[in-house]
Amino acid sequence: MKSRRFVLTFPPEATGEPITYNLIRKFDIMVNIVKADVSPGQVGHLVMEMSAPSKVLKEGIEYMKQQNVECVPIDRKITYQEELCVHCGACSAVCFAGALSIDRKSAELVFEPEKCVVCELCLTACPLKLFSIDLG
Amino acid sequence: MSKKRTIAEINEKILSGKAVVLTAGQVAAMGREATPAEIAEKVDVVTTGTFGPMCSSGMFINFGHTDPPMRMERITLNNVPVFAGIAAVDAYIGATETALPHDQYGGAHVIEELIAGRDVMMHATAKGTDCYPRTEVKTLINRESVNEMIMFNPRNAYQNYNVAVNSTSKMKYTYMGTLLPSFGNATFSTSGELSPLLNDPEMRTIGIGTRIFFGGTTGYVAWHGTQFNTGKPVNEHGVPVGNSATLALIGNAKEMNTRFIRAAYFEKYGVSLFVGVGIPIPVLDEDLARRVMIRNSQIETNILDYGSPGHDILGRANYESLFSGEISLNGKKIRTAPLSSLRVAREIAETLRREISAGRFLLTAPVENFRKTSGLNSLDVRL
Repeated sequence: MKSRRFVLTFPPEATGEPITYNLIRKFDIMVNIVKADVSPGQVGHLVMEMSAPSKVLKEGIEYMKQQNVECVPIDRKITYQEELCVHCGACSAVCFAGALSIDRKSAELVFEPEKCVVCELCLTACPLKLFSIDLG
Repeated sequence: MSKKRTIAEINEKILSGKAVVLTAGQVAAMGREATPAEIAEKVDVVTTGTFGPMCSSGMFINFGHTDPPMRMERITLNNVPVFAGIAAVDAYIGATETALPHDQYGGAHVIEELIAGRDVMMHATAKGTDCYPRTEVKTLINRESVNEMIMFNPRNAYQNYNVAVNSTSKMKYTYMGTLLPSFGNATFSTSGELSPLLNDPEMRTIGIGTRIFFGGTTGYVAWHGTQFNTGKPVNEHGVPVGNSATLALIGNAKEMNTRFIRAAYFEKYGVSLFVGVGIPIPVLDEDLARRVMIRNSQIETNILDYGSPGHDILGRANYESLFSGEISLNGKKIRTAPLSSLRVAREIAETLRREISAGRFLLTAPVENFRKTSGLNSLDVRL
């Protein structure tokens, strides 16, 4: 059973489909909504953890694609320029979700995208401005 | 009888390749089992390192003269104002100066660009004089074109520093990073047992003229730093609790490396400069051996509430718990995070260790030791 976090991007025009409901009922995907930013007439974003066997997850993502809902793994949406990082730890200070931390042994920054809730605090907390987010 | 040695004797050993040079981290680990007498017997030099944001930094620059010459009075570099109130083509770039209204780019970024060897846009104006007739110049400058780039930082390498927390219900944006509301996090900024002034807390071997690792090259301690304060209480392990001594440092920025000098912007606070500093401590005797053995668990600092106007002291924490990722304050667990890079501090201590071991870096005795001051004046607002 795979559990991964995705960023779902909804088009401004409503699809009319109860996407999340269908993912649960039709595909039997366990969903956990981490963050939602959906307003009528605007591009909406949903950060969602989905757990299901790989095959089922694939079918669910294909279903969303048919509904014009983009579904991208979170680590392809939030990136940081690792090669320029000085491992100061300022980003880890604001990461209440625990996705960013300093490894005690190596003293290096560790980014675990599966814990990210896309709060976006790291974008401003990084003194070198190395984080970027692409929500379309 | 405990072992005693002089700096001259240590330098002889360094030159003959026989000196035992360890990092402060290695000696702290050794100190769990060895006694100060044993460390004094075995170890000649201990190297330290720190890499944190140090706002009180900047660089003197001499641009070279134009033909006809000019007495530059107003200067900007990449639109950042620099101090031109010194002779004709000399200037001082302060790290925290910003290119308003774009306050995310400042003097620190200009310094980093110049050290990296990139071109920077210079614009200077003047009234023109009989001896300096030119009134304006706009051109590109870089590391190779200017005569001097002298980094001179009035206050670096703080001996210990506070922990910052926020008791209020609102986010606080500070030089200690972004502080989450309701004690959501705690930030600190030192390399702990690797930190230069925590390994020789009474500064027996660090003084005016001490040769150091500075921004990737050799630099020197120029003076005691501003806000140098020896009046802070000292704990049972001989370490001041809270921010105390500081150093003024000088070095040739043309030889520096952007791996150890990096510009920073702290959200809604401003621009600062990450500076890499490493200082070798000669283990002259048992007393210094005891000092360099200091461990994170023995170094303590105050926890300050940056949400209160006076930054009230709320408690105390040691660096072992701060580096562990969690401290306890009045029974509440608070997540901790550093602002100073331990990863780069280790690299500095190790680089310095290698340079000394290879005989390329010799130790110096201070030309003069720092004066002992007991406290600081605060600014009396008299009008």
